Amino acid sequence: MFENFGWLSQSQADPRKSATADPPLVRFALIAIAMLFLGLFLFIPVAAVFAQALQHGLGEYLKSIIDPEARSAIRLTLMTAAIAVPLNVLFGVAASWAIARFDFPGKQTLLTLIDIPFSVSPVIAGMMFVLLLGVRAPIGGWLYDHGIRIIFAEPGIVLATIFVTFPLAARELIPIMQAVGSEEEEAAIVLGAGGWQTFLRVTLPNVKWGLLYGMVLCNARAMGEFGAVSVVSGHIRGHTNTMPLYIEIMYNDYHYVAAFAVSSLLTLLAIATLIAKHFLERRVIPVPQKGADEIETKVAA
Amino acid sequence: MFRSKFNLKLAAVITAMSLLLNLSSAHAKEITLLNVSYDPTRELYEAVNAQFAKNWKAKTGDEVTINQSHGGSGKQARAVIDGLEADVVTLGLAGDIDAISDKANLLPSNWQKRLPDNSVPYLSTIVLLVRTGNPKKIHDWDDLVKPGVSVVTPNPKTSGGARWNFLAAWGYALKKNGGDEAKANDFISALFKNVPVLDSGARGATTTFVERGIGDVLIAWENEALMARKQFGQDKFEIVYPSISIRAEPPVAWVDKVTSRHGTADVAKAYLEFLYTPAGQEIGAQNFYRPRDPAVTAKYASQFPALPLLTIDGDFGGWKTAEAKFFGDGGVFDKIYQPGS
Amino acid sequence: MASKKNNVLPGFNLTLGFTLAYLGIVVLIPLSTIFLKTFTLTWAEFWHAVMSPRTLAAYRLSFGASLAGALINSVFGFVVAWTLVRYEFPFKKLIDVMVDLPFALPTSVAGITLTAIYAQNGWLGRFLEPHGVKVAFAPLGVVVALTFVGLPFTVRTIQPVLEDLDVEYEEAAATLGAGRLQTFARVIMPALIPALLTGFALAFARALGEYGSVVFISGNMPMRTEVVPLLIMAKLEQFDYAGATAIAVVMLVVSFLLLLGVNILQRWSSQRLAA
Repeated sequence: MFENFGWLSQSQADPRKSATADPPLVRFALIAIAMLFLGLFLFIPVAAVFAQALQHGLGEYLKSIIDPEARSAIRLTLMTAAIAVPLNVLFGVAASWAIARFDFPGKQTLLTLIDIPFSVSPVIAGMMFVLLLGVRAPIGGWLYDHGIRIIFAEPGIVLATIFVTFPLAARELIPIMQAVGSEEEEAAIVLGAGGWQTFLRVTLPNVKWGLLYGMVLCNARAMGEFGAVSVVSGHIRGHTNTMPLYIEIMYNDYHYVAAFAVSSLLTLLAIATLIAKHFLERRVIPVPQKGADEIETKVAA
Repeated sequence: MFRSKFNLKLAAVITAMSLLLNLSSAHAKEITLLNVSYDPTRELYEAVNAQFAKNWKAKTGDEVTINQSHGGSGKQARAVIDGLEADVVTLGLAGDIDAISDKANLLPSNWQKRLPDNSVPYLSTIVLLVRTGNPKKIHDWDDLVKPGVSVVTPNPKTSGGARWNFLAAWGYALKKNGGDEAKANDFISALFKNVPVLDSGARGATTTFVERGIGDVLIAWENEALMARKQFGQDKFEIVYPSISIRAEPPVAWVDKVTSRHGTADVAKAYLEFLYTPAGQEIGAQNFYRPRDPAVTAKYASQFPALPLLTIDGDFGGWKTAEAKFFGDGGVFDKIYQPGS
Repeated sequence: MASKKNNVLPGFNLTLGFTLAYLGIVVLIPLSTIFLKTFTLTWAEFWHAVMSPRTLAAYRLSFGASLAGALINSVFGFVVAWTLVRYEFPFKKLIDVMVDLPFALPTSVAGITLTAIYAQNGWLGRFLEPHGVKVAFAPLGVVVALTFVGLPFTVRTIQPVLEDLDVEYEEAAATLGAGRLQTFARVIMPALIPALLTGFALAFARALGEYGSVVFISGNMPMRTEVVPLLIMAKLEQFDYAGATAIAVVMLVVSFLLLLGVNILQRWSSQRLAA
């Protein structure tokens, strides 16, 4: 399963080869189908978000975004992502190193366990943290008595976010780590480099695009998570409302412009991180590209 | 949650002033309350909070900040049970505050007796919202079961507000059929056959009716119906008062265990008592809740027409009985949706 | 523990230790509460919670709509991935970027927006409803929402494999006289099957648990348009935690078995491919 989850874009197929090119009509038809599909399921919904956000003009739009409650939600969302993403990326690096570089019993089970958060409903994800850390649970009760607040406070929001974004970075890194292979690292170690040195100088440059994309995905999902966070937040206005929760509240209060303005802001944040990744990738592309190609030939040979 | 201001200069000035004016407190305290409420009360409590904070400062010199949390009534009750530190709860139905008392023992079970009027400072009722001109000629509950009439109401399983809707319709059917429960059952089944969408919350149902154009009639709280007319245009919707409805009673309570830990018992109690004062009642009426104060009621009489109202305690034996009978597992509501029906 | 062939590399104990500890704290311990809570039920209570007619109807809708959504995404996700990899057209880069958006948009926003578009007075609904195509507040709406949330999974699993696919094989096939369709069926598809399976399984698993977007568009009618996560919410609303976790356990076990099955199928197919 993991072999195919490398969402890292690599070499573009050469379109000039006539033997492998499709007739123009087929090409046109396929592009049309793809665009129609994306249109119905993606472009129109996204356009609708912006249309609703801007229905009363740019002034109202900006006013909704600089509202103190909105700003507090934006701050909380960014803070949550800033904690959840690095932790999950760290986990992704550790897990991919252990899984791609070593053989050990139970490896397949571990791989499947990493997948689990994908198949847990966000509502359940939130509920299980309440069952574990709510005041009526043994652990939660003890923490509560000692003045430590997790559920219905920021730490609970961060925990729920970490859970839902848990597999993303690891899923991204494991196949890349496997594809790159360990020859270069072994060579470095044999030549006397230290473990950390090898990791920083050899491994990291090889997997950095996977790492970056893992971070981007993790970040996008962390900022947008609604269901799980909704269960553990407590919805205290101006304190524990993240952007998605704030959007729901504004929508329920008939403040449609505010709801969609903040939604569009989330969309823009996501597009911005994705575009940033694209540009970074293009600027530094020759080095890792060459490395990847070399390794591919090595593997193929 | 008390925090003292350690601004020496200010403290000195205040001390001097308090000596001069013989104020009771030496320096201002900052107090924070958390009001955990249900969905549509945001504007109501925003107005209440501002006024109460002003009054409290005038009276004691202390700064009080009231944080608000809103969500579905049942969900909010669950959050309080699981540790959300609400100083006061202002929920959609007494059953939800009962649950906080039963399951987490955060307040005594006789909480409803501690404030006037069964701890219900404002009332509302259940009305029918129709599109302008009332094209389907809907005048009473009977009209909702006619073929071809499409009714929008939220799901009583997930929405506390919707339980009042359900009970109002049931109460009407029971009265009309001389207490024949089987006939009331048939009526309520026929009504829900006409419901094309069961939103998970009251605001969702309003949006479905207003924005999506679904349905001929929306069963709603009176305050929600008045609010919808204000938001979306007086000329777009009409409110139909049925021949009989139910007295919707959203109760309030302070949460003893939390207020004693926070040391906020006095201010929490004063906050809720403020709701009963003429000023508090006025704010309620402005936000479309029916006041209890006779003078304020008289002033807003044109906004809230009188109609016969059933009560949860008098006609349904209280929330515990009603919950189990109508909305519990295998209850009346569940029986409406049987396979093949 | 670690196999000897890789033992020149350091860090096995550190990384595996961290991986297991983090997995335990973030995933396994919290998840165990779901099972522990369910164990407080008697067998009869459990059976009643997970096998009542309404729950069965909800399973049918949840599994059926998730299956439909995942299938739609597999077919069209493949077309999207193919056009993005093989063809050049205006705004390709931007469109490529946008494919990830369903990931970032809060599910509630997706639900509200899709409902607004597909309701009888919406941008698209107003053209569909007169022709008897009811999307919002009907099972089809659930499929639309689940297709939206699963879209990036299929596109992004197929895309990199297509990019890595060596065109030389296709050229060879063409040189040997194979038609384009034949090449596609014999050369391209077999290489893509593992990726298609993965994308399908991920989209399906994601769709099964989806709540935020579905509640807005489905209409939530018991027996007809009620999904399983909504039933779980309804149980919670009645303070029936154990009943809620019982249904959650069933969903969890089923989707876990599904992911596992796809895993095995995929390994089998790639082994066959290699042989």
